[in-house]
Amino acid sequence: MNFDYTEEQNMLKDSVARFVQDQYDFEARCKTAALDDGFSRENWNTFAELGWLSVPFAEEHGGFGGSVIDTMLLMEEFGKGLVLEPFLSTVVLFGGLLSKGGSAAQQDAHIGSIIEGSLQGAVAFNERQSRFELNDVQTTASEAANGYSLSGEKTVVFNGLVADKLIVSARTSGAQADAAGITLFIVDADAEGVSKTSYRMMDGQIVANISFDNVSVSADAVIGQVGEGLALLQAVVTEAIVAVGAEAVGIMDKLHSATVEYTKTREQFGVAIGSFQVLQHRMVEMFMECEQARSILYRAACSVAGQQQEADKDVLALKVLIGRAGKLIGDEALQIHGGIGMTDELDVGHYTKRLMMINTLFGDADYSQQKFAALSVA
Amino acid sequence: MDTTFSTEDLAFRDEVRAFLAEAYDEPLQARLADKSTFKEAQIEWQRRLNNKGWAAPGWPAEHGGCKWTPTQGFIYENERSAIGAPDVMPFGLKMVAPVIYTFGNDEQKQRFLPRILNSDDWWCQGYSEPGAGSDLAALKTKAELDGDDYVVNGAKIWTSYAQYADWIFCLVRTDSSGKKQDGISFLLIEMNTPGIKVNPIIGIDNRHTLNEVEFNNVRVPKANLIGEQDKGWTYAKALLAHERTAIAGVAHSKRSLEEIKEFAKKEISSGQCLADDPMFRKNLTDIEIDLMALEYTELRVLAKAAAGGHPGAESSLLKIKGTEIQQSVQKLRLDVAGYYAGIQTDENIGHDFADRARIEYMYGRAATVYGGSNEVQKNIIAKFVLGLK
Repeated sequence: MNFDYTEEQNMLKDSVARFVQDQYDFEARCKTAALDDGFSRENWNTFAELGWLSVPFAEEHGGFGGSVIDTMLLMEEFGKGLVLEPFLSTVVLFGGLLSKGGSAAQQDAHIGSIIEGSLQGAVAFNERQSRFELNDVQTTASEAANGYSLSGEKTVVFNGLVADKLIVSARTSGAQADAAGITLFIVDADAEGVSKTSYRMMDGQIVANISFDNVSVSADAVIGQVGEGLALLQAVVTEAIVAVGAEAVGIMDKLHSATVEYTKTREQFGVAIGSFQVLQHRMVEMFMECEQARSILYRAACSVAGQQQEADKDVLALKVLIGRAGKLIGDEALQIHGGIGMTDELDVGHYTKRLMMINTLFGDADYSQQKFAALSVA
Repeated sequence: MDTTFSTEDLAFRDEVRAFLAEAYDEPLQARLADKSTFKEAQIEWQRRLNNKGWAAPGWPAEHGGCKWTPTQGFIYENERSAIGAPDVMPFGLKMVAPVIYTFGNDEQKQRFLPRILNSDDWWCQGYSEPGAGSDLAALKTKAELDGDDYVVNGAKIWTSYAQYADWIFCLVRTDSSGKKQDGISFLLIEMNTPGIKVNPIIGIDNRHTLNEVEFNNVRVPKANLIGEQDKGWTYAKALLAHERTAIAGVAHSKRSLEEIKEFAKKEISSGQCLADDPMFRKNLTDIEIDLMALEYTELRVLAKAAAGGHPGAESSLLKIKGTEIQQSVQKLRLDVAGYYAGIQTDENIGHDFADRARIEYMYGRAATVYGGSNEVQKNIIAKFVLGLK
């Protein structure tokens, strides 16, 4: 048992940390968020040049051959800088589905483009009625000449504005909430019948609702097996939860240390407010929750990487704990900063809002806890 | 980063299981559960561990430690807890021994360590005083040199199992002229020395665990002083970090949660199994998830210690979270017991978990107080980790 990073992993971590420190301070981040795409294409090219976009892909596809552990350390550093570039959507989700379920032809066609930074992807899995259930799918794919015809609407598609290609979950058979009968399709974002409405979320990213009106896709656009898309999607979401868990841990560390530093300089009643025991104990609570979140992150990452039996339970526990810890740490950071914490110009509120968004991603803490309980008290 | 068990780890786990299955037999379990035979049974249990070489895993190998990796220590704790086998009494093996082998002289090591290892002596801890609780350094029990002896006067309180003890390790004041942390010495005192009186204190669990220990002109040979006179606070602080790491009780809480799940499956409430009640599930999984995280926090601390680090302020985190979780587990067990939570008799009445639910809950209130109260632990983290003044 060890909790150390390899030399290679330390180099990767250092290179992301350096980028965030040198080129992604809060002012730069605000300018990036204001761009039309909601992120910087220039930064994305830098990510490609530094090899980060290749991290989770197999070496045979030109990747680094990394595991969720490598993605984890990268995402933690991204979290510290509130990085907006769509690594999660394009590399972890879209790329993850191609890696796990794509045919050789699909992998050859797309993974190289992701790695070189020329292809943006998005996975469209939410619908208005589905809440957090990946299996609740009304979008249909009916058989048509040479393939399928897609109809329906996907909501809150992350990276949906700029994605060149989409992977869409659609029902090829079964009832609305059946586990079986869901198929994943890779679709050109500019195909005929695809229309989108984009909008901003409170963490700065731009997402889209995407409608499919009798969109023709060929039979070779199916990712994985027809009717068996759910398991594939769940497997990739499991890895994505570890990734956002790491991002959240990076954010929580940042919020905690920013709060401690602030209380060392902010004076009231003639002394630094950090000298007040009532605030000290609250910051100790924040510290303990950060450490606990890091522990459950390591637990989940190791069990997913090692394909251990308990992986599903560990990942759900991670999702619950980062939701709960994120709420506590975000709220406390705002409270202890006082009035200045309420402002848009201070970074603290932005970190807190990203934590709130991460809580809802792939099922919030309450939802995840119910699923956890079903496994725990089986 | 990798937490999978190696082949060697799995072989070790099998060895632990096989040993425990034989050593923790039913007659011993019955004697441990009976108040009148508890002490002898506990000693017997510790000797069985010692015969296997497992009484003091954390000691240096030269004195009888196991040289286990953190993973092996983790496996042992989990397997031991999973079958409900008790931990060793901490006072000798986990508390005073590290001070003796770290700060004691050769003669003291030879004199005390083998007897501790074989549980020949029962130890208790003389730290707290009526006027010195969280502010431990305010202690007043005085030791004055007279010829070759220290003469000790004062009182210690909250002394667990002093009624069984052969020895007590004490912090005593040898100098009052300077800072209160200076002038404290670490003294080993035999309990049968004239002038020592043990007064029982009945706890809110209705049992006799705690005591007050009075010292009236108790003569203690100079040879029983550990390290240098007036330097005892330094030694005690080192010990406290060990103590705090040990009282997180993660493996024990895990086992308790599994027991509670089984009880909850048998309880029917409003026509449904308590285990299916959403409120119960919420309460249970709140604890379970915290515990899963704490298990890895502990492993991280142990891995760091094995790599040459010292259990420092992180041990305060383990103490706080570990004891909070213990108390949540005790509350849940009490809730599951329902009416039977109130049973206060030695007779086996009602549900088999009920008497234990009450005792563990009530005695468990002490966990956030002893070993340095959780509030004091927070002060330690604020100062030494967060750098707040």
